Amino acid sequence: MNKVVITVVGKDTVGILARICTYLAGNGINVCDISQTIVQGFFNMMMIVDTAKAGVPFAGIVGELAGIGEEMGLEIRCQKAEIFEKMHRV
Amino acid sequence: MINISEVIETNRMIQNENLDVRTITMGISLLDCAAEDVAATCRAVREKLMRLAGSLVKTGEDIACDFGIPIVNKRISVTPVSLVGASCCRSPEDFVQIARTLDDAARELGVNFLGGYSAVVSKGMTPADELLIRSIPEALAVTERICSSVNVGSTKTGIDMDAVRLMGEIVKATAERTKERDSIGCAKLVVLCNAPDDNPFMAGAFHGVTEGDVVVNVGVSGPGVVKYALEQIPGADFETLCETIKRTAFKITRVGQLVAQEAARRLGVPFGIIDLSLAPTPAVGDSVADILREIGLEHPGAPGTTAALALLNDQVKKGGVMASSYVGGLSGAFIPVSEDQGMIDAVNAGALTIEKLEAMTCVCSVGLDMIAVPGDTPAESIAGIIADEAAIGMVNQKTTAVRIIPVAGKTVGDTVAFGGLLGHAPVMAVNRFDSSRFVHRRGRIPAPIHSFKN
Repeated sequence: MNKVVITVVGKDTVGILARICTYLAGNGINVCDISQTIVQGFFNMMMIVDTAKAGVPFAGIVGELAGIGEEMGLEIRCQKAEIFEKMHRV
Repeated sequence: MINISEVIETNRMIQNENLDVRTITMGISLLDCAAEDVAATCRAVREKLMRLAGSLVKTGEDIACDFGIPIVNKRISVTPVSLVGASCCRSPEDFVQIARTLDDAARELGVNFLGGYSAVVSKGMTPADELLIRSIPEALAVTERICSSVNVGSTKTGIDMDAVRLMGEIVKATAERTKERDSIGCAKLVVLCNAPDDNPFMAGAFHGVTEGDVVVNVGVSGPGVVKYALEQIPGADFETLCETIKRTAFKITRVGQLVAQEAARRLGVPFGIIDLSLAPTPAVGDSVADILREIGLEHPGAPGTTAALALLNDQVKKGGVMASSYVGGLSGAFIPVSEDQGMIDAVNAGALTIEKLEAMTCVCSVGLDMIAVPGDTPAESIAGIIADEAAIGMVNQKTTAVRIIPVAGKTVGDTVAFGGLLGHAPVMAVNRFDSSRFVHRRGRIPAPIHSFKN
């Protein structure tokens, strides 16, 4: 499993999840978990996904998701999960 | 399980508080490149650098993309060149040829600095050491990415005052040789005491002879993250203050450890050390001075600054040591003037002087760093400043350094701009009283009594 964290930050609008999930499904990326919260009035969503069977290289996923974010007025980041696991866990 | 608030916290650090990995520095031994003539040595040096560091920059960029964290600099440190060139260089010009070779390789590899145009002369200079030192002004004038350092003392050996005196002259000559560019050569030249063999930060990085053939060292940073954490606990007591710095340093260092291990694995090179440093940049919000202000000082330089810096430095180390399997390098808070907007502001406000900075260097990780002084400062005064810093390092068993720029044609009240990470600086006043009779004595200062531990 290649655990990857996708974060989406911005104004809540209709169809965010649908758009991202369509992209992920189309590229063989499995969604493992989704959580969301509101921080200082902004919509924050975190998805944990598995890119082990992805049809695109990782840098491509990062760029394409960022592009979708730009179109929708959101910030979408895509990072390998180890950075979060290492920073907050001994 | 990954928690959304931790993810948000990490990304806030990266996006709003300038958390980054400051440098991945590949240390490369060039000892096996020494040949009997300069051309053959240069060929061997070039071949080895291109072979080992060919994918360094690409690997750094890939890791930055994977984890979504900037890796600001990709750099190389090499064996002190005075050793590499000892068998073939018969003049300063011969050493400059090696400098050009290193510079060309650095440019082709895409690294922004290559350190190790260095001599380690803690107890005395070999003829090759002296030739290299005398070549520094020319080498730094004709190259772009080369950094030079000279280690003039250590706790074990004392201070080589002949080298200190010579470095006073060399710093002046370097300033003069690069006077069209605000004496920028001096920004790439540092004089050290107790220099570590594994420092990934410029300008003092070199790959010491105690190291293996090739190694990856990583320097972390994050003064903005520490400042933000302290802003959340206004007026807290010292225990809470220290705990907060420690916890923050731990998190910053864990990222460095991850990046270091990943870089080592992908490059197929052993992981060396993490340098736990708070390294500021001229960017707003990336300042060690701002942390000192947050701790409660109107400006760095106010009474209490040395104590606040001591506390900060110690907590950074305590948090960082737990987070990494190997720590080394300089490890602590850097207090450069030109590279830290808060320090520049403090100088402009009249709060911070060279003398106060000298006191601060007793408790932080390096020394008098990126300080512009009048161009007419005598070489003897610069040598005196170097000797003072070296003495602090020698007696306190710590690394100290002097990176001072006597800016040709400028005086107190003027400003110099080096650009990029090197920043800009107001020219600071130097004590005008004479130290030349002291500096012109020959020989070396003996090692202090507490160095005899055998």
